[in-house]
Amino acid sequence: MKYRDISQAIGFLFLKACLAIVLFFLVLIIWDISSKGIGTINWAFLTQMPKNGMTEGGIFPAIVGTFFVSIITGVFSIPLGICCAIYLNEYSKNNWFTRLIRMSIRNLAGVPSIVYGLFGVVLFVQMLKMGTSILSAGCTLGIMTLPVIITASEEALKNVPRSYREGSLALGATKWQAIRTNVLPYSIPGMLTGTILGLARAAGETAPILFTGAAFFIPFLPKSLFSQFMALPYHLYIMSTQHHSIIKVRPIAYATALVLIVLVFSMNLIAVLLRYKLRKVKKG
Amino acid sequence: MDRLKICVEDFNFYYGNVQALKNISMNVYKNSVVGIIGPSGCGKSTFLRSLNRMNDVINNVRVEGNVFIDGKNIFGSNVDVVDVRKKVGMVFQKSNPFPKTIFENVAYGLRINGIKDKKYIASKVERSLMDAALWDEVKDRLNESAFALSGGQQQRLCIARALAVEPDILLMDEPASALDPTSTAKIEELIQELKSNYTILIVTHNMQQAARISDMTAFFMLGELIEFDQTGTIFTRPKKKITEDYITGRFG
Repeated sequence: MKYRDISQAIGFLFLKACLAIVLFFLVLIIWDISSKGIGTINWAFLTQMPKNGMTEGGIFPAIVGTFFVSIITGVFSIPLGICCAIYLNEYSKNNWFTRLIRMSIRNLAGVPSIVYGLFGVVLFVQMLKMGTSILSAGCTLGIMTLPVIITASEEALKNVPRSYREGSLALGATKWQAIRTNVLPYSIPGMLTGTILGLARAAGETAPILFTGAAFFIPFLPKSLFSQFMALPYHLYIMSTQHHSIIKVRPIAYATALVLIVLVFSMNLIAVLLRYKLRKVKKG
Repeated sequence: MDRLKICVEDFNFYYGNVQALKNISMNVYKNSVVGIIGPSGCGKSTFLRSLNRMNDVINNVRVEGNVFIDGKNIFGSNVDVVDVRKKVGMVFQKSNPFPKTIFENVAYGLRINGIKDKKYIASKVERSLMDAALWDEVKDRLNESAFALSGGQQQRLCIARALAVEPDILLMDEPASALDPTSTAKIEELIQELKSNYTILIVTHNMQQAARISDMTAFFMLGELIEFDQTGTIFTRPKKKITEDYITGRFG
């Protein structure tokens, strides 16, 4: 074997090993949580209220809470994020000011989630008097998700070939007509992919909802958007660190984690399927 | 001089600080085909894209001078660029059908102009596809994706799409450069037919093509219009040495 063949073989081996290590951790996490959580999960667990100081019963209110907060997050951040992306990518001129805006948006994506939580308390809970509620928590998560949505949507818009825009303009379309009829239809699947990934991350966040609406325990379902709520990630946090008999509720904690993981994975799966469908459409 | 269609006067074009076109003046007459030749990067495409103001979409460009179409300066202050582009159709180098059906591609220009009458749209689509010599090949599959067509058919579809909005002038930026000889011949034949109703400017890298199809030929180099004359004159008795060098293939 020649030297260059050996060095290539070593290189490949190294890359494969890196991949194997990453996969190992993923599999380990999923295996650990699934094996310890699956036994507790049944229909009653998913559909019942917690009972006896949360040592028995189910996690229904946490599922409902996470569901509604995610909807508010989406309603708040998807239109806003997509419109920002359209403006930035299609209308704004490329000068120092828009570069500054883009840089700020990318930096926003790196702000720790607890900071968003505190910001949400000040802006939504106190200043806008929305109280600790589903609405406040949803909007806080929405702001946290905005950078992801804007960046992904801009990418999706950039992926629409320039010839679609130019072809449309050359036929006498106004800029807005070209965007609406010949750019947006082909970028929406890409936008949705990024958006769902962002929402999936938001659904699993604890810190931003900690002060803005999530409750330790509520014996009934939220009555309106201004109610406090229980949420899966926060419930998991409580069950694994704050509960008075942590050892006893450990199976519930594992089962909650499993439900949360399945939820986030299925959202990601939807995103992957959408992307797959988009590729097929692009090929025509 | 009522046959004068396009009158370019002392036209300068800049990308930032780089001057891409220098003092271009050119008169184009109605129902003529003008071939534009010259080495790569000489400003041919920039010139063509100035005539329907497609360069507006690029950041940081600047123009000086005037381009009159039917006596009206298209760079005038109260000109709506959308009107200019309706009047001056464009076919791009790489055929760029939209990811829609064949029918919807041709109907697109009508729809964005607010036409809703289905009968009118259907007849206009048929007429445009006939004018672009594509109707017989696609009449049974108008609802198939435009991507199902061959490269040559796609380019003719783009021509049909441009014709549907009833322009006076057609700009073609190397419309046959990506096509095989048979498809190229079809496009060239088509240009000869379209000439009776349209004024056509065509950029081409293929000198034989310019000689075959154009009435007038313009030779560009380094942003300047070196020579502009009857095609026969340019190819047999060019006035400038550099034109002769280019068309005889001494450089380029």
